[in-house]
Amino acid sequence: MIEVTGATKSYGDLRVLDDVHLRLPRGGVTALIGANGAGKSTLLSCMSRLLHLDAGAVTVDGLDVSTTRGDVLARRLATLRQDNHLTARLTVRDLVTFGRYPHSKGRATADDLVHVERSLRFLDLEDLADRFLDELSGGQRQRAFVAMVLCQDTDYVLLDEPLNNLDLKHAVAMMRLLRRAADELGATVVVVLHDINVAACYADHVVAMRDGVVVHEGSPEQVMQTHVLREVFDLDLRVHRIDGRLVALHVA
Amino acid sequence: MVVAAVGVLAVVSLFVGVSTVTPATLLAQDAQALLVLLVSRLPRTLAVLLAGAAMAVAGMIMQMLARNRFVEPSTAGTVESAVLGILVVTVLSPGAPLMVKMLVASTFALAGTALFLRLLAFVPLRSVLVVPLVGLMLGGVIGAVTTFFAYRLDLLQSLASWTTGDFSGVLRGRYELLWITLALTVVAYLAADRFTLAGMGSDLTTNLGMSYRTVMTLGLVIVSMVSAVVVVTVGVIPFLGLVVPNVVSLMLGDNMRRTAPWVAVLGAGFVLVCDLVGRVVRHPYEVPVGVVVGVVGSALFLALLLRRGSRAA
Repeated sequence: MIEVTGATKSYGDLRVLDDVHLRLPRGGVTALIGANGAGKSTLLSCMSRLLHLDAGAVTVDGLDVSTTRGDVLARRLATLRQDNHLTARLTVRDLVTFGRYPHSKGRATADDLVHVERSLRFLDLEDLADRFLDELSGGQRQRAFVAMVLCQDTDYVLLDEPLNNLDLKHAVAMMRLLRRAADELGATVVVVLHDINVAACYADHVVAMRDGVVVHEGSPEQVMQTHVLREVFDLDLRVHRIDGRLVALHVA
Repeated sequence: MVVAAVGVLAVVSLFVGVSTVTPATLLAQDAQALLVLLVSRLPRTLAVLLAGAAMAVAGMIMQMLARNRFVEPSTAGTVESAVLGILVVTVLSPGAPLMVKMLVASTFALAGTALFLRLLAFVPLRSVLVVPLVGLMLGGVIGAVTTFFAYRLDLLQSLASWTTGDFSGVLRGRYELLWITLALTVVAYLAADRFTLAGMGSDLTTNLGMSYRTVMTLGLVIVSMVSAVVVVTVGVIPFLGLVVPNVVSLMLGDNMRRTAPWVAVLGAGFVLVCDLVGRVVRHPYEVPVGVVVGVVGSALFLALLLRRGSRAA
């Protein structure tokens, strides 16, 4: 379980997280949604100890992320930020192999290499495995980073907008993959998503944020309602049920 | 094959110089030749190999830490700070042993490099070319301070000997400090994965369970000590740490575990060739290796800058 208590974070005068309390049980896919600047990414970064809170605490299975040893957490929780720019020239396989670092400390065993190959296959990267990252498109690179994170083989996977740069086909593949990671491998997946329809379709649990506060949380059915979405996005969105799925129309 | 070529060059280096030392004279048990070999030629060749390998690896680490292709100890204020350190210790305690000079120079180098990395944090637009420019400017300022005091204290000539890499003064008993660089290079190789990770930035490093700060500190200490030892014993060898890692990166990428041995061997080979050229080009006089490396290295640096700059931009 990830437990956030009283999380507060400011940049200068701007309070990006304002006393956030949140409990995310183990298993399943949780989507963090909200407008730009609502604090989703900051919350995710704080949960994964990439940012330090000004006040409050985050625990993962009872371990406080700000005090637990880095390598202990790295075997439990993997995370990926939105923009990952590398100056180092690495091959896709090198990068994915680094995902095993918390387990192998740089001396990859046969078991580690099995994980690497599986991740490459999962993300449809086998043909690109020996290419350098700077020779790939943005979407291919994004998949390589996700492959690295999955290769870490952790109970918790926290991703900030993993659909960035992905075309429709790979975006769908990515969400299905995260679904499988939760269903088959028992991982707890937390993703920041822009598209509420994607969130409604693939997540078990939706957390909606606005101005640094969690304004709603619940199942997709509970969140995908016109009055809730108005509160989150300041937009009147009509929600339809199409082929059994909830879809909010935001183009009309 | 590259290793073999460097080996051959190293053997050649043993037999190039003003006094005649050849395999024949050695076989004839010429005491004079043997003495020259053991006291001068062998130490010189070893010094070249050690300094070349270590400076090239230090350059590669610098590039990982600053996450920029175009930095190395002589474009980041490290070397200039080390020189300032030597000046300070020379003025305050002229009779200090070499080891003390080296440690003071290391400390200055560490402070200078840390300052460079701090400055980078304030540069809003970290474009590929701005980073080395900041380093060059910082180095220029530190160098100017050093020159000013050296001028006032009548130490300009000593200053010139520190800032121009030259192996001609290397004799047995005056290069052994360089073995420290071998130890540092080995440490760098053992920690290669960490430096590669640091090159991926603090978020990815943290995600994979490593302390970014620890890796940065380790790297800074290695780079500073290597620079200081090399400056104290043979003087500044510019551009080496830039050219060699970049060429290797173009061929093999940046996974340091894989590339570090190549960088070390090619760095040693590059300096060896430059030193040989310096010894042969106007025999029986010598051109300091710093000058030869400077000329060849700056040309290669420009070529890399134009090539990579255009692609990265």
